[in-house]
Amino acid sequence: MSNIVKDHVLELLKNDTRVDGRGLKDYRDIKVDVEVTSTAEGSARVKIGDTDVIAGVKFNVETPYPDNPENGNFMVNAEFLPLSSPNFEAGPPKIDAIELSRVVDRGIRESKMIDTGSLCITPGEKVWSVGVDICTLNTDGNLIDAAALAAIVALKNARFPKYDGVKLDYKTLTDEKLKLSKMPICATVVKAGGKFFVDLNEEEEEATEAKLNVWSTEDGELSALQKGGDSNLTVEDINQMFDIAIEKATELRKFVQ
Amino acid sequence: MSYEKRPDGRNFDELRPIEAKVGVIKNAVGSASFKIGKTWALAAVYGPRELHPKFLQDPAKGRLRCNYNMMPFSGTGDRIRPGGNRRAKEISMVTEKSLMPVLDLKNYPNTVVDVFIELPQTDAGSRCAGICAASMALADAGFVMKDLVSAVAVGRVDDKIVVDLDYQEEAYEDGPVADIPIAMLPRTKEVTLLQMDGEISKEQMAEALELAKKSVDEIYEFQKKALKEKYTGEQNE
Repeated sequence: MSNIVKDHVLELLKNDTRVDGRGLKDYRDIKVDVEVTSTAEGSARVKIGDTDVIAGVKFNVETPYPDNPENGNFMVNAEFLPLSSPNFEAGPPKIDAIELSRVVDRGIRESKMIDTGSLCITPGEKVWSVGVDICTLNTDGNLIDAAALAAIVALKNARFPKYDGVKLDYKTLTDEKLKLSKMPICATVVKAGGKFFVDLNEEEEEATEAKLNVWSTEDGELSALQKGGDSNLTVEDINQMFDIAIEKATELRKFVQ
Repeated sequence: MSYEKRPDGRNFDELRPIEAKVGVIKNAVGSASFKIGKTWALAAVYGPRELHPKFLQDPAKGRLRCNYNMMPFSGTGDRIRPGGNRRAKEISMVTEKSLMPVLDLKNYPNTVVDVFIELPQTDAGSRCAGICAASMALADAGFVMKDLVSAVAVGRVDDKIVVDLDYQEEAYEDGPVADIPIAMLPRTKEVTLLQMDGEISKEQMAEALELAKKSVDEIYEFQKKALKEKYTGEQNE
């Protein structure tokens, strides 16, 4: 079954076309909504075609890590909900969800988008923690670019809850937002049948030979990479994929509101 | 003491605003979204599909399996650690029991019908919202059903019997409170879920049950309308 799909995708790629008629470098329609859940301090829902994810930000006050006493804590977690796909099961996160959350974590953390120093309340004792949870609602390929965008938009819209030094009041959000500098974006480029293309739907993902998740900021700097797929990439491939990813990231960044 | 006014100004027998919709999750066989006030439940149905491990299979009929889960950011307080807890397990179980009486799965031996209920946002009443969404999702999936299941919490706050308590009301401190989640088959008013915690007299309980009967009729209308809208094309994003 999957071979038929794979062969079909590869056959179309020879003529630079795709199962839904898109060009190789075209994303599907993208829709971004903010403040989609009021129990999170920041949230966003991102749809890329039929891929649909929701991200929520929760703040807390915690003790800092002993080796990092003057910086706040930052965490990304992804839940591949069984509600979103017949292929997902209930239970602890599987490797795909773990990989996605770690790549999103690195892309955001290493870009220095969040000034974790500004999250320090009392050095060595109290810092803000910022947690982003990404939940899938419906899957149709390219979960990572959607999840990354949702996480970024949720962080941009998050507002600190009221904190009097002792107690957090989640019901009262202040006007204070996270101090953000860079705006990193993840764009994934896939190689199959000798071609590079982006934003694969679930069918197309069957044909993936090699892929590269590329996180880049608005100044064209890279903040995280992850090579995936079972095939190899040449250095020339990788350089081409960077160019495509940075160009696509510029387009995707327009959806950050 | 007397309870004069609800925090959001509703009448004692008034539900929060309801929004219901089906067909919200494309990958699912059937799906629904049910919002009541700030409580929001999504439900997706997968199956009937083969049940593993095999010893769980019933050669006489399919099994219904419900999974209730709050998203990590859906609580009114701290982040909720994902991975399920005792509360979620119990709610999943009573949800199954609330839906079983309307379903007939004898045509699907050895299979499981999975209902996944996810809460992106909650403000009390989440198990009831989940049951409302789940029964709509099962209908959307095309299962033969005796009726939909409609659910709502009724309760006592001080001297008043109220419907659809929000979180603030559940946490009322100036008098006794009882919280009573109820699910009913709206046509016959047979009860498929009944839980209660708090303090309430037998007479007040009877009054609360009467209020539940009236309230499930209102919820039923929203559920039916959502299901019909899918086929009349009146649904909008």
